[in-house]
Amino acid sequence: MFGIPIPIPPIPTIPQLVFFGIAAMTVVGALIVVLASNLFHNALGLALTFFGVAGIYILAEAEFVAVSQVLVYVGAITTLISFAIMLTRGMMKGGVSARNQQSGTALIITLLTFLVLAATMRFSAWPRQATAPILDFEAVIRNLGASFVNEYVIAFELLALLLLVALAGAIVLARDRK
Amino acid sequence: MVPLDWYLILSAFLFSAGLYAALGRRNAIAVLMGIELMLNAANINLVAFWRFSVDPANDTSGQAFALFVIAVAAAEVAVGLALVISIYRNRRTVNLDELDILKG
Repeated sequence: MFGIPIPIPPIPTIPQLVFFGIAAMTVVGALIVVLASNLFHNALGLALTFFGVAGIYILAEAEFVAVSQVLVYVGAITTLISFAIMLTRGMMKGGVSARNQQSGTALIITLLTFLVLAATMRFSAWPRQATAPILDFEAVIRNLGASFVNEYVIAFELLALLLLVALAGAIVLARDRK
Repeated sequence: MVPLDWYLILSAFLFSAGLYAALGRRNAIAVLMGIELMLNAANINLVAFWRFSVDPANDTSGQAFALFVIAVAAAEVAVGLALVISIYRNRRTVNLDELDILKG
């Protein structure tokens, strides 16, 4: 009408619509984690976010990571956090604010961080589109498993040791000494 | 196919939300939840860049790193929550701004 072509946004494809839905779920969960003052609501929002991130992994065709995410994060970490909330209950009854005195500064820092991160990620010269469709999904899992016992074998064994030490240390720390 | 930018923007949002929880919350467990959000944001980046790499079917190092991060996060949250419970047993609080016994 005025000589300026109005850019028509491209019609989203089905995966993009699914991404929108899952991303909205993830964002809502993260907002519950950050903004709700009830700790138990925070934990439930965290579970929602973890499920959403698992959905993102499935959309990115990383199914094994998605299943690990559900098992470890939703199954173990959310449960652990709920236990810790129940074991340390009672201190939230005082009517104190859920935020500390520096939360205003923290909000400004966070917003600036988001702006810088988003701008960097938007305007960097990444490859915008996926290069190759993955045809052989079994090959991905096969190569992943092989890499754990070949090139990453030292990291893998050290990780097993770290898990053992961390879990034994957690038991020692949380044990009642009396 | 979903563009790479969308993954990255979502991950930037999750990271910022986790940062705000880690910096601005009073309860130690809420701070730990913020750290978990930040680790998830990093993992989304790893998986997204793996998918958009040159040969994702044969070079799965992005997924391998994401799995390492998940395992380390599990160890970190176990030790962190054990510390929280231990502190609560000794001090009857997990509010971080009341835990200033190391202040000179």
